[in-house]
Amino acid sequence: MNAVLIALLLLPLLGAALTLAPVFGADRAVADRRALRWNTVVTGAVLLLAVALAAGFDHDEPARMQATTDVSWIPALHVRLHLGVDGVSLPLIVLTALLTFLCALYSEKRLPDGDGVPSAQAFVGLFLLLEVGMLATFAVLDLLLFFLAFEIVLIPMYFLIARWGSGAKAPAANRFILYTLLGSAVMLLGFLLIGSKAGTFDMQALAAAHGSGLSHTTQVIAALAILVGLAVKAPAWPLHSWLPDAHTAAPTVGSVLLAGVLLKMGTYGLVRVLLPIVPDGTSTLAPYLGAFAAVGIVYGSLACLALARPGSKGDLKRLIAYSSVGHMGFVLLGIASLTPVGVNGALFANIAHGLITGLLFFVVGAIKDRYGTADLDTLSGATGAALYGRAPRLGALLAFAAVASLGLPGLAGFWGELLAMFGAFDPAEGLSRPAFVTYMVLAGLGTLLTAAYLLIVVKRVCMGDPEQPAPVAEVAELRPYEAVSWTPLAALTLLAGLWPALLLGLSNPAVKHLLGGG
Amino acid sequence: MLAAQTAALGPHSTGQHTVTSLAVANPGSLIQSVDWVAIAPPLIAAVAALAVLVTDLFLPERYKKWLGRLTAAGLALALIALLPLTGGSPRATFCVQNVAGATDNAGCSYVADHFALVFQLLALGGALIAALLSAHTVEDEKLPRGEYWFLLLSSATGAALLPASRDLATLVIALEVASLPAFALVALRRDGRGAEAALKFFVSSVTATAVMLLGIGFVYAASGSLHLGAVAQGLEHAPGQLKPLAEAGAVLTLVGFAFKVAAVPFHFWVPDTYTGAPLPVAGYLSVVGKAAGLSGLALATTVAFRPYAHTWGLALAVLAALTMTVGNVGALRQRFDTRYSAVRLLAWSSVGQAGYLLVPLAAAGYAPTGADPLGATAAYALIYGVVNLGAFGVVAAVGRRAGTSVDDFRGLFARRRWTALALAFFLLCLAGLPPGVIGLFGKVVVFRAAVDAGLGWLAVVMAVNVVVALYYYLLWTARLFAPAGDEPASAGAGAPDERRLPASLTATLGLTASVAVVLSVAPQLVLQVAGGSLF
Repeated sequence: MNAVLIALLLLPLLGAALTLAPVFGADRAVADRRALRWNTVVTGAVLLLAVALAAGFDHDEPARMQATTDVSWIPALHVRLHLGVDGVSLPLIVLTALLTFLCALYSEKRLPDGDGVPSAQAFVGLFLLLEVGMLATFAVLDLLLFFLAFEIVLIPMYFLIARWGSGAKAPAANRFILYTLLGSAVMLLGFLLIGSKAGTFDMQALAAAHGSGLSHTTQVIAALAILVGLAVKAPAWPLHSWLPDAHTAAPTVGSVLLAGVLLKMGTYGLVRVLLPIVPDGTSTLAPYLGAFAAVGIVYGSLACLALARPGSKGDLKRLIAYSSVGHMGFVLLGIASLTPVGVNGALFANIAHGLITGLLFFVVGAIKDRYGTADLDTLSGATGAALYGRAPRLGALLAFAAVASLGLPGLAGFWGELLAMFGAFDPAEGLSRPAFVTYMVLAGLGTLLTAAYLLIVVKRVCMGDPEQPAPVAEVAELRPYEAVSWTPLAALTLLAGLWPALLLGLSNPAVKHLLGGG
Repeated sequence: MLAAQTAALGPHSTGQHTVTSLAVANPGSLIQSVDWVAIAPPLIAAVAALAVLVTDLFLPERYKKWLGRLTAAGLALALIALLPLTGGSPRATFCVQNVAGATDNAGCSYVADHFALVFQLLALGGALIAALLSAHTVEDEKLPRGEYWFLLLSSATGAALLPASRDLATLVIALEVASLPAFALVALRRDGRGAEAALKFFVSSVTATAVMLLGIGFVYAASGSLHLGAVAQGLEHAPGQLKPLAEAGAVLTLVGFAFKVAAVPFHFWVPDTYTGAPLPVAGYLSVVGKAAGLSGLALATTVAFRPYAHTWGLALAVLAALTMTVGNVGALRQRFDTRYSAVRLLAWSSVGQAGYLLVPLAAAGYAPTGADPLGATAAYALIYGVVNLGAFGVVAAVGRRAGTSVDDFRGLFARRRWTALALAFFLLCLAGLPPGVIGLFGKVVVFRAAVDAGLGWLAVVMAVNVVVALYYYLLWTARLFAPAGDEPASAGAGAPDERRLPASLTATLGLTASVAVVLSVAPQLVLQVAGGSLF
């Protein structure tokens, strides 16, 4: 039993339950304010717990499961409440706690309102429930609990998009939930197949067995089912089509969490479940995963280039969503290489993408609030939106995030993608080297295209003639609450870029352990 | 009565190795000692039914409200009577000695084993919730009270008797005791809709019964016995020329049960019958009627027709896939703005859910022992029973003032916070998505049964269906939290007594919702049923 990890999950759950009770007062405005404050308090406490967890973590043994709890929950199904963190999950838990806290802080000042938007109390309830699901995904060590945690996030995210979103929000929300549910239902079938053949759902026991006791056919079928399920979530090309719509419609905090945490649940599952539990099946499927990843990288950047082109009516949020498809392609490529280098790179890129894209969505959301639109053509007018001239700090932050996203050395985006490509250059034994080198070349092409579209975006949004007629006369400069909630992300992007060993030192032993090497 | 019948049938089992001699050496052995504790649950319900019918004759008009309470008390007592049966080895009664292949309970017509107890719990519990739900409907719609409660109790008696019966004759009688009062219950509203619904229900149901009786006749002719265990043995050793007869008999028998479960293609009566019936009766049919058919189907297939396991396993798998697909597509096509659309949606969804319930039964055809996957069906049926009756309860509560189209639920959260939350919870349980954790695990055990049996294709079909079903459940859930629009309820808001729910409805919703929440926290309570063999 470990109190910290349990409290980490229970606290937001109780916080969410409390929003059902009429404790926030009768007056709607007061109740809303109190509820949002409550949101900040709870997520702040969760962040403190996560930091405490990281501080108490034995950094000399990141491969060992720490802070474990293992209690029987449903004996009939052999489901155990088995929780624990290692070097792979710890950074993701801290990232989740950080992003949710920043989002809570941000939404205290800037919650979408207007006709038909439900009360903030409902928002807080859903938001905290979402946090439970996200944290649980990274903390559980039982396949069925993992599935449960995977499903918990769906309903809150659905309502966040459908009720607090903008534009074609209802169809986007439906698409999001139906796609992901189909994926996770197929994933469940894979889990059940493993459980049926291996006789346990415990991830640690299964990982220790490392696929022994499962026939090759079983492993391939199970790996395929799980891969499809997780690829929808990640999302891997060609199963990504829910993502751009969801991002375009979602409110800012929804987009941040969707890109920053929810997508990671897919790639985390690949590392945690697929690699150690069904290694044979994974290595059979890895070349295909690598191919889809490489296509995704190029496809995502080409789509972004098309959206960034003048006259294409490209939506900025949509563009960043497509860029996520490309970035997650790097993560998938790193995992597909099945080498410690590649998987470490994938996990690093995971965290980096969470920080950078979170920041990008915050900034773009703020731009959308100020201009009332995220349409690139409307924003930039004839010469460009001239954010450098009209709101220099906002423009600088956007440029910083864009440059980090394109993988400038010294910032977080660089290491992960470099290591992922390095992994693909020298893939694990049994994988076709020429194929993976081809993927690496494609990925390299993708980095060039990524740089191209992000620079175009910077040019069209940040530069230009400040005097030209703009959709809004005054663009407010960076507000204090925005600065407070965004600075940690920018600082961590810089830190992870300058000191990658901080993360790699944690993940490397754990990854070697998962791959069966150490 | 049943004992006499089965005893009389015993000597006819010619063609068997052991034939009871007609000249009984010891006449005292024909007098059976009946285990009253074992048969208490259905018996109490039956006695309560008669008591209600008789009391109704003598009770002055103003006290007739008490009939409903008497019914509820009777059902609660019957539920309590299940308790002494839970421990120890299964109790059996109405046994005939010397039935061929009589190992322990094979010659008994009534066995209170775990399977029987679980389905009796479902039948009696479902009837109790339906009775609570009915209390205000009977008053509001001026239904004849004595008749209503009597019919409800009689039907519940049949549904409780059915899972414990272990010979084909008792099965048919129990099924008819469960069905016949249901026709009358559907017709009780005495308007055009109700009459049409009842007639449709009656004609198709009676046809199914006739077909089933023919099938049972064939099976009896081929196997020489009516006891389920003995039928299995008889079918295995049936002479070659009787094989086609036996197979035809098995198919026809299954058709009859498939009708009661509302499996496709015997489902067409469901939407019309549910909309025509009083709402609590529709809820009752969707849970208790289905449970009765399902337990009968399980008994007939896994026990009696065991030798044909692979054949009916495949047939049930196809039936399950068709049922869930047709049911969910039907629900998907349901328009939300028409009258009764909420009830019709629940009707179609119950057809889809019947498909899920059939999956473990199909898996039982492939499993080595045959009985293990049944626990998944039982567990899922219990979960489904609670949340579906809860959903019907909310529809009844909303339908009192607004209509029963799905659009009438728009903005319910703003008007009735807890009712809306309860319905959202029930719908998510039906969809199998957290926070409806118990619905999720219910689906997991069903999936597990399919995967364990190697029915991968069926599991994939079901996965797609779960996604399809989520769409309409979610659209409905989203309606609850949508902005209220033109507020159809504001007209009635002036009358404060109208705003309060009747106590019986509140009790129903509170009961079902709290059971669903408790199960979500501690799924083991219900999933232990799925843990091992039920027989």
